[in-house]
Amino acid sequence: MSAPAESQRCRIADTGRPEIHTVGAGPWTVRVHPRAVAVVVGLAVVAVALGAVALTLGDFPLPLSRVLATLAGSGSRVDRFVVLDLRAPRVALALVVGASLGVAGAVFQSLARNSLASPDLLGFTTGAATGALIAIVVFGAGAGGTAVGAVVGTLATALVALALLGGATGGYRLVLVGIGLNAILVAVDNYLILRSDLTVATAAQTWLVGSLTGGDRTTVAVVGTGLAVLLVPALGISRRLDLLAMGDEAAGSVGVPVASTRAVALGVGVVLVGIATAAVGPIAFVALAAPQLARRLTGTTGPGLVAAAVLGGLLLLAGDVLGQRLAAPAQFPAGTMTAAIGGLYLVWLLAREWRAGR
Amino acid sequence: MTSRLEARGITLAYDQRTVVEDLDLAIPDGSFTVVVGPNACGKSTLLRGLARMIRPAAGQVLLDGAPISSYGAKEAARRLALLPQSPVAPDGITVLDLVARGRYPHQSLLRQWSRADEEAVRRAMGATGVAELAERVVGELSGGQRQRVWIAMVLAQDTPLLLLDEPTTFLDIAYQLEVLDLLADLHAGGEKTLVAVLHDLNQACRYATHLVAVRAGAVVAAGPPSEIVDAALLREVFGLVGEVVPDPQTGTPMVVPAGREARRSGTVASTSP
Repeated sequence: MSAPAESQRCRIADTGRPEIHTVGAGPWTVRVHPRAVAVVVGLAVVAVALGAVALTLGDFPLPLSRVLATLAGSGSRVDRFVVLDLRAPRVALALVVGASLGVAGAVFQSLARNSLASPDLLGFTTGAATGALIAIVVFGAGAGGTAVGAVVGTLATALVALALLGGATGGYRLVLVGIGLNAILVAVDNYLILRSDLTVATAAQTWLVGSLTGGDRTTVAVVGTGLAVLLVPALGISRRLDLLAMGDEAAGSVGVPVASTRAVALGVGVVLVGIATAAVGPIAFVALAAPQLARRLTGTTGPGLVAAAVLGGLLLLAGDVLGQRLAAPAQFPAGTMTAAIGGLYLVWLLAREWRAGR
Repeated sequence: MTSRLEARGITLAYDQRTVVEDLDLAIPDGSFTVVVGPNACGKSTLLRGLARMIRPAAGQVLLDGAPISSYGAKEAARRLALLPQSPVAPDGITVLDLVARGRYPHQSLLRQWSRADEEAVRRAMGATGVAELAERVVGELSGGQRQRVWIAMVLAQDTPLLLLDEPTTFLDIAYQLEVLDLLADLHAGGEKTLVAVLHDLNQACRYATHLVAVRAGAVVAAGPPSEIVDAALLREVFGLVGEVVPDPQTGTPMVVPAGREARRSGTVASTSP
């Protein structure tokens, strides 16, 4: 083991309050925001607790003690099947999909310096849906093909959006391009469903509402691996994204390679959205709200990727649990729940920006 | 005269519009160089080109003898800092956090804060008089205070070369002078070469040790203000008829435009004895 980590504080002015916190071991020092760390830990605890509760819910109610026993390795065969094969993948899927969307939203919002620049408002999510629908309706694809179609659809939409934006990613232009793309893609989606026969249309519609019911271990593994792999470059450019908030020139002046940071961020965000949407269908609101709520809770200025990830997972899990329990035995898909809550949130956000005169 | 920063035959263009063409310019080491010129003459573009924010379509900017494009982003940022015209203070950021961002080129993923960073931030905040504002939110400060905070950020970067794009724009006259005095003090410290784009020719003459007059993307004259600023330059660069008299306070050249009638007829009523 190296020297024990030591915590340090930097006092610039004699105001009595420490302002810059670092944690260091040997020659290494990493800046930490104590409040952000506390918030992330707190959110993770809530997510785990909610996950445990979710494992008890369903047509076959299980007390928490039996769920915990089953997780620990004991439990009857039925219990094991219900908890480990049916419910755990669904909870895990909510967490990894939500986390992917949270990170993607944080990346896009930082990149565009615009709190409205989330993949759902930009049309990327609809683009993923169009890709998946083309796979289902035109090519009669199964789960795998649908996923590939969704990722391709996201990428294609992102490329078209970039071409239309011509390098400008700030301000209302971005949102307007997103609204336009969204409208066109929704029309395409409707056309694809209309021209297909009833069985295919039903399958497509089921996917389109964004539901976690189909979650199995393979899907969880794919999304989880994608998230883990993409988090590495995302965290790598996290500080640069934070600095980009000062404007391209100010960021460039302190040594941020602006163009390459943009490219990496876009790539990471697009692929995260593509994978998440491919797995469960379009999920609204999470990518829009998770980064902003996370920033408000942590009180930091940066993209706050880790906090956005944890909060994204928590939000989607909460949406799914609510959808299952709100009108039980009727089940609302998670995507419908998040869309309903997200609509209200968006109205509030726009009203606030409007008042602020931006 | 030696120059760590030099432009050699640079052409700067946005898309198809060429703003600066085949321009040569050397920034004298240790100078307070001020670039002046009429609106849209390319002075800000020139500064951005020197600060590697625009890649020249032709020619090269040399930093310490090597093409500036050959430096890594952080490597260049340890030698040259630019304060752009309208940087954005992220929502809710404190003064200390903003100034600390200037230390980015001296840091790495595993070395995000050091004694040297702390020292540089402390010095930068002391020099600009913003230490007591450390915990205030930047967005709530007055224009003059905010500009001093941004200057503190580029100072914390601790570079021998500091470029500023119209650092006094949008400020009241008293704040303009406050910022210019601050820059003059930094220059008097003897460790820094400053390059600033300024709007006000009289202020430029007061503060610059080296003046660069730009018109239509070309350097018309360069040198100490007292040697190059005269009525002919005024007419050539700004298309303005007037006379140049010694500033009653500092003795530096001061521009007095001719009266309305005289400017129309193109003559200057001589007032000097």
